[in-house]
Amino acid sequence: MAELTLPANSKVRSGRTFKAKGGKRVREFHVYRHDPDAGKNPSLDVYEIDLDDCGPMVLDALIKIKNEVDATLTFRRSCREGICGSCAMNVDGTNTLACIKAIEDIDGPVRIYPLPHMPVVKDLVPDLTHFYAQYASVEPWMKTDSPAPDRERLQSVEDREKLDGLYECILCACCSTSCPSYWWNSDRYLGPAVLLQAYRWIADSRDEATGERLDALEDPFKLYRCHTIMNCTSTCPKNLNPGKAIAEIKKLIYLRGE
Amino acid sequence: MERPISPHLQIYRLPLTAVMSIVHRLTGVASIVGLLLISSLFIGAAYGPSSYDGVASIVLSWFGVLLLALFTLSVCYHLCNGIRHLVWDTGRALDLVSVHRGAIAVLVATAVLVVAVLI
Repeated sequence: MAELTLPANSKVRSGRTFKAKGGKRVREFHVYRHDPDAGKNPSLDVYEIDLDDCGPMVLDALIKIKNEVDATLTFRRSCREGICGSCAMNVDGTNTLACIKAIEDIDGPVRIYPLPHMPVVKDLVPDLTHFYAQYASVEPWMKTDSPAPDRERLQSVEDREKLDGLYECILCACCSTSCPSYWWNSDRYLGPAVLLQAYRWIADSRDEATGERLDALEDPFKLYRCHTIMNCTSTCPKNLNPGKAIAEIKKLIYLRGE
Repeated sequence: MERPISPHLQIYRLPLTAVMSIVHRLTGVASIVGLLLISSLFIGAAYGPSSYDGVASIVLSWFGVLLLALFTLSVCYHLCNGIRHLVWDTGRALDLVSVHRGAIAVLVATAVLVVAVLI
């Protein structure tokens, strides 16, 4: 059953404010903070940052805060160019990668939260253990029964093109954690990211386990909790279309039953 | 201490498509309730004139008529958006541009249908 409100231990209280030391273009950053060792509820800290003295992206501001204002601020980041997916978080009400989200594109205070409806390890770091376990459950590798050829398994240009828009997924979890269906049913619903990955193998002409893969997904919860809300496609920082991939899986399951 | 759950509905800026999805479900439930209202008239009629008058005095009061008008709106929306879902089930119109165009089309079609029914 959908729990629309936050449990008592998750309610966000107001936190500390760190004033800027002068500057012409000062912007407020409201950042979700949670310290697991403090035994207290999460809070929202406010940091004032002079944009003239800061890089252009939201991640630049977070790194500046950690380096110069508050070293305890915790977040994941690595490539800083939108290819690793580490800095996935909720910025200005939408899930995205902090490293490719420009501060200039946001009006007013920049509100930064961890990916929604996830257990929080610390500050902006969500626990993705369950998400990765779900990914492993779709067996995301090529499965074949036919004997291995002497060389690579070949694929026509047309068949390879079917993987465009699928292989680019970096598993940042922005889409899954934007999905209300995943919020309420993540224990059993696989969510858009994992289903797009499942479809990536179903659509691969070299894979020989399509039937088994569809069998495994034909389940009221794993697949059919998708109600085409399309938050996934709206939020994907790589401009992929998980909603479409899920529709294709549903279609394949219907067509093979005909 | 158990890990807190990060904020979700409280902070998420839901796109039009998400709002329309919630409304689709709400109108689905509302339409069932409206159907009960309409059925009560028929059931009343089946029991004879006096019971019909009793039911009608409630259902056809200004408040009942308002509910019936909302029922019309609810059914029209659910019908139009349902057709959109059928198109999606064929794998079509699922790119973001089409999804938004479809949303606008459903809203316009609903308005036209409601006006057509009520006139």
